[in-house]
Amino acid sequence: MYIQHKKEIIRIIAAALLFAVSTAAVKLLDLKGIGAFLAYLIPYVYIGYDTLSKAAYGIAHGQIFDENFLMAIATVGAFATWEYPEAVFVMLFYRVGELFEHMAVGKSRASIAALMDIMPEYANLEGENGITETDPEDVPVGSIIVIKPGERVPLDGIVIEGSSALNTMALTGESLPRDVAVGDKVISGCININGVLRVRTVCQYVDSTVSRILELVEDSAANKAVTESFITRFARVYTPAVVVCAVLLSIVPPLFVGNWAEWIYRGLTFLVISCPCALVISIPLTFFGGIGKASRRGILVKGGNYLEALAVADAVVFDKTGTLTEGRFSVCGLYPHGISEEELLRLGAYGEYYSQHPIAESIKEAYKGEIDADVISDYREIPGKGIECMVNGSKVLAGNSKLVGIEEGGHTGTVVHISRDGAYEGCISLEDSIKEGAAEALEGLKKLGVRKTAMLTGDRQAAAEKAAEAIGIDAVYSELMPGDKVKIVEDMLTQIQCRGKLVYVGDGINDAPVLSRSDVGIAMGAMGSDAAIEAADVVIMDDGLDKLPEAIAIARQTRNIVKQNIAMTLGVKGIILALGALGLAGMWAAVFADVGIMVIAVLNAMRMLAE
Amino acid sequence: MKRNYKIINIDCANCALKMEQAISRIPGVNSARVNFITGKLSIDSDAEDMTGILEQAGDACRKIDRNAKIVL
Repeated sequence: MYIQHKKEIIRIIAAALLFAVSTAAVKLLDLKGIGAFLAYLIPYVYIGYDTLSKAAYGIAHGQIFDENFLMAIATVGAFATWEYPEAVFVMLFYRVGELFEHMAVGKSRASIAALMDIMPEYANLEGENGITETDPEDVPVGSIIVIKPGERVPLDGIVIEGSSALNTMALTGESLPRDVAVGDKVISGCININGVLRVRTVCQYVDSTVSRILELVEDSAANKAVTESFITRFARVYTPAVVVCAVLLSIVPPLFVGNWAEWIYRGLTFLVISCPCALVISIPLTFFGGIGKASRRGILVKGGNYLEALAVADAVVFDKTGTLTEGRFSVCGLYPHGISEEELLRLGAYGEYYSQHPIAESIKEAYKGEIDADVISDYREIPGKGIECMVNGSKVLAGNSKLVGIEEGGHTGTVVHISRDGAYEGCISLEDSIKEGAAEALEGLKKLGVRKTAMLTGDRQAAAEKAAEAIGIDAVYSELMPGDKVKIVEDMLTQIQCRGKLVYVGDGINDAPVLSRSDVGIAMGAMGSDAAIEAADVVIMDDGLDKLPEAIAIARQTRNIVKQNIAMTLGVKGIILALGALGLAGMWAAVFADVGIMVIAVLNAMRMLAE
Repeated sequence: MKRNYKIINIDCANCALKMEQAISRIPGVNSARVNFITGKLSIDSDAEDMTGILEQAGDACRKIDRNAKIVL
């Protein structure tokens, strides 16, 4: 607790005691008129002097309609209409509410700061004069840094010496440590657990994962949710409107029925309710809390608007390879056509030598021999089909059946057909294992009310359907060309219309257009992949599919709290306004409708920050 | 160009909103944002020298909350 909060608590207790003494004195001594006025003035000034002085400052600087002004005018008005105890109580209660609000906001700020506590403080830079502790911002690209056990990785880099386990909890929410050794990439923000690592940095601090994440979460407030913008606009008209009503209420009825004091009092009650603070503070806080909570679980959400859209996810569309599956293929069958198995594999490895595709990588891995790159030329990738190149003067095609121009065989899994100089040489079949937890994640989505799930893939129908069945996906779109994915997503968007939002989940590497076309684009396994962090609206740092239902659940929780707060705030304020106009609700109720509701709304919003 | 600053001692969320509006109206400022929770102020401006704009922004904030202060 801050020192000023403690002081304020003491002041409130002292003021309450003073108030009690004054009340007792007025009763016992039967004080009237000026005596009673003075008796109540003492606790009033004691608890309210800074509110009053702030109000005066505000008026002097043209800032009417702020909270201090409204409270000052209402309580001074109460004094003027001989409601002394009311005035003191209202001021007292207002201060209590303010204190609670400050404490709650302070606590939210602290938990958000803790959430953001992934910033490395220094880097052990290796130089000619040994190791010096340097600000990560001053470390040039390509420097050698040393990371000792217990230290935070300050910059992204490649391990050149040593091995260790890294705690990625702060980035991914994953508690299992990740082992790294020479040649592996380390990501800034992780904590080195046991070994000493020498790392060559690959980027400057501003481009490192940790600084990108921090910036992303901080800037997420800029992408305001629809509800948030609505509240901002609402706040701008609400206060002036209520103030106008207050003035009308104090002047118009008494012109006809008299009893000025009563109507002015009713007008003052209006003023107390006219601050929209409960909404203005609790809604952004809830979204921020939701984004914070998600980021602690390794889910980066780029704005409240995406959180809002996730909450009403109607269809979830997946990219297959690397998203639903491991993206690591293994050769599971060689079906040569007139040549030896080794020869077929050799042809495949040579043909795919320049390709970065996971399939190519695994064929090259399966082929144990050396590849002489000098004999490969004229390499060309044919989108959606495969590869064409010259090997030793022969034209080699490696790809799907369309590429080599044959009928599809009965092989399961993913198949790469190979032809040389127009002659069919056989095919290599590969298998990609489905990610652990994929089926559970899909079930989780269904439970959350996601109506439709679909899978998009360039893979053959048989392989795609097999995977879809194992995972439990509704619709399969297979044998797609890269451009088809956008088309299908667009079709689905028109189908969904206003029923909900379409979420696309990909690995962010080659599906940037689809990610941006869908309502919410989620990139998985983005740890260290700049492209994915750039293209997606939501970034899942590790590749756990279980984060998807979790993200939607967090989004739902956020939305529910926002709804509750809006309904409660407007409901209570509306009722008290109505009752106040009829003279049924006094200033006591009005203060509750103002600060009381604000405190409840902030406390409700803080549920998002709780673990 | 977008530059970030920090405002300390913002008391209420509504004040932060008013500060955002006031700073946005300063000549030379394309847009401004005040994040009440983190206290982050980001100003988008084409001005080379921000001294004048920051001075005006500081004044605008102080008018709304006398304790508010922009720190670099």
